[in-house]
Amino acid sequence: MAQTQTQIPVTVLTGYLGSGKTTLLNRILTEDHGKRYAVIVNEFGEIGIDNDLIVESDEEIYEMNNGCICCTVRGDLIRTVEGLMRRPGRFDAILVETTGLADPAPVAQTFFMDDDVRSKTKLDAVVALVDAKHLPLRLKDSKEAEDQIAFADVVVLNKTDLVTEDELRDVEAAVRAINPSAKIHKTERSGVALNEVLDRGAFDLSRALDNDPHFLDAHDHDHDHECGPDCDHDHDHGHHHHHGVSPIHDVGVTSISLRGGEMDPKKFFPWLEKTTQMDGPNILRLKGIIALKDDPDRYVVQGVHMILEGDHQRAWKDDERHESRLVFIGRELDGERLKRTFEACQA
Amino acid sequence: MPTVAPLDLDGHCVAACWLAGVPHFALADGVIHRLDNGHKWVEAHDGLLAAMPDADGKRLVTGGEDGKVLSIGADGSIEQIAEIGRKWMTSVATGPRGAVAFASGKTAWVKLPDGKLKELIHPRSVEGLAFAPKGMRIAVARYNGATLHFPAVDGKPTELEWAGAHTGVTFSPDGNFLVTTMQENALHGWKLADGKHMRMAGYPSKVKSLSWSAKGRWLASSGAPAAVVWPFLTKDGPIGKAPVELGTRGDAMVTAVSFHPTDEIVAIGYADGMVLAGRVADQKEVLLRRAGNGAVTSMAWDAEGRRIAFGAETGDCGVIDVAG
Repeated sequence: MAQTQTQIPVTVLTGYLGSGKTTLLNRILTEDHGKRYAVIVNEFGEIGIDNDLIVESDEEIYEMNNGCICCTVRGDLIRTVEGLMRRPGRFDAILVETTGLADPAPVAQTFFMDDDVRSKTKLDAVVALVDAKHLPLRLKDSKEAEDQIAFADVVVLNKTDLVTEDELRDVEAAVRAINPSAKIHKTERSGVALNEVLDRGAFDLSRALDNDPHFLDAHDHDHDHECGPDCDHDHDHGHHHHHGVSPIHDVGVTSISLRGGEMDPKKFFPWLEKTTQMDGPNILRLKGIIALKDDPDRYVVQGVHMILEGDHQRAWKDDERHESRLVFIGRELDGERLKRTFEACQA
Repeated sequence: MPTVAPLDLDGHCVAACWLAGVPHFALADGVIHRLDNGHKWVEAHDGLLAAMPDADGKRLVTGGEDGKVLSIGADGSIEQIAEIGRKWMTSVATGPRGAVAFASGKTAWVKLPDGKLKELIHPRSVEGLAFAPKGMRIAVARYNGATLHFPAVDGKPTELEWAGAHTGVTFSPDGNFLVTTMQENALHGWKLADGKHMRMAGYPSKVKSLSWSAKGRWLASSGAPAAVVWPFLTKDGPIGKAPVELGTRGDAMVTAVSFHPTDEIVAIGYADGMVLAGRVADQKEVLLRRAGNGAVTSMAWDAEGRRIAFGAETGDCGVIDVAG
């Protein structure tokens, strides 16, 4: 039965035309990394590889008939994944390449909302390729570029050889301002180590937050700051100077980082449900680790728009502070209200 | 006592059917197996996505990952109907007088009885195809409804609208009703004479298998812990009526249904591989096959209504002789 079958991991690759997606895709298809990938692309286009595990599929967005406008799925993915999974054993993982202008939410939501897809596959990570040279322009003329970064677990900041050091610092600050928790890799010619983009387990509740070692860091320098945890992994923690505001980007997407003590589950869960119901269309991603009162285990939660998933992860270690942290990435989020109402859920 | 002749294959069975009295099993890997004085097979596609036999049971039409549409004869002969290149052929349908329809992406094609090929392009993906029982008419299931074409003549198609993604489609045997399966856990129906809507909801999971009784008085469906059988006894179909539930089990969902060719009896296949037969009139059940390795994906009665060919997602296929 489906439950006993192992779920096939799915990596979603987003990025504008010219960001280096095809280069990365070709590397994943040809380099020896020990895994066979089935690849779902919008167009065969420039992929110079003849491989019958590359499937062309027209992006087909379906609104779910449940009255929620942000509950969208990719109908073509449901069909294609179902077809691929009827012949398991040919591949170990699936990679979905989206078109440059695609909204990543319907792709991600497909893997949560369709029961058949969900029983056979699991979302591994959303990887966004960003062209360092053209990002400033992209951010000015489109909402999608911002969405793709906001949504990503891994950002490959590519074509760094085409910009100056100053430009690169600004671009990186812009990415960081949109998404403080994504892992950023600076590359030329999509030269990122493949194990940094594949098999990340970013949507695996028990792994996702452990991969983000600074998520729970207690040594935030300015606790009142609204723009997110200091989790620039590659950065020396003594010298944070690029908080939030970016010189090249009028912030549309922001992140709200909340911190509190132990939560009263009777207050916290209804609050979280209500918040995602109300702000769902504006919430791109959320993730958190919650300390619940009288509960020896950490509770981890993640969400995409209105879809929420949470579970007990593991026991708190003796040296860990029983602390709750929750990060929202989205548009038009009322940080004051979120902070106030979140804190009111404390036990 | 019913007896089962098993045929253990390796792979997902897309369709079990009868061609010229011989049971056939089309697998997702593209191989078509048959039990014709022993186990024989023919490799048709590299990856098979859809298959449907002709109404007169002479050939099986298949669509593949290789972009081909093939016709498979009862002797294992293969004839190519169409090839469109490197695109998945996700739906096929067989119609009156040898007509065939197939679809990939937003395009559906109809090969008419005179051999002419008609291309029908839609604004959204073609999810399902079905021919009307009479007249050269075809229905396309799509996002937000269904589209009806008369492919033999030029003219504007008829659009039937209902919000949501429609994934499969079937005409009632009298041609008066059109029913679609949906991405959400529901069926939708239209009375074609006046466009009246029929909403058939309440399923705990997606409906993937539909089967009409011989005279079209009942429509059986999967997607619940019982076969949900809707009444189409009056001119308004199931509007305002409750369905009959056959073969209710607490521990397994129905995954495939198939009505007997003459009697109002449904073969019911479950997620654990069990097969029952249920009679609509008195809701009596009889066990035909014990649980197997995986979900039953397809079932078909022979023309005499004595034997059932069945296939499962785990490849454990076979033939049930109901009389034993």
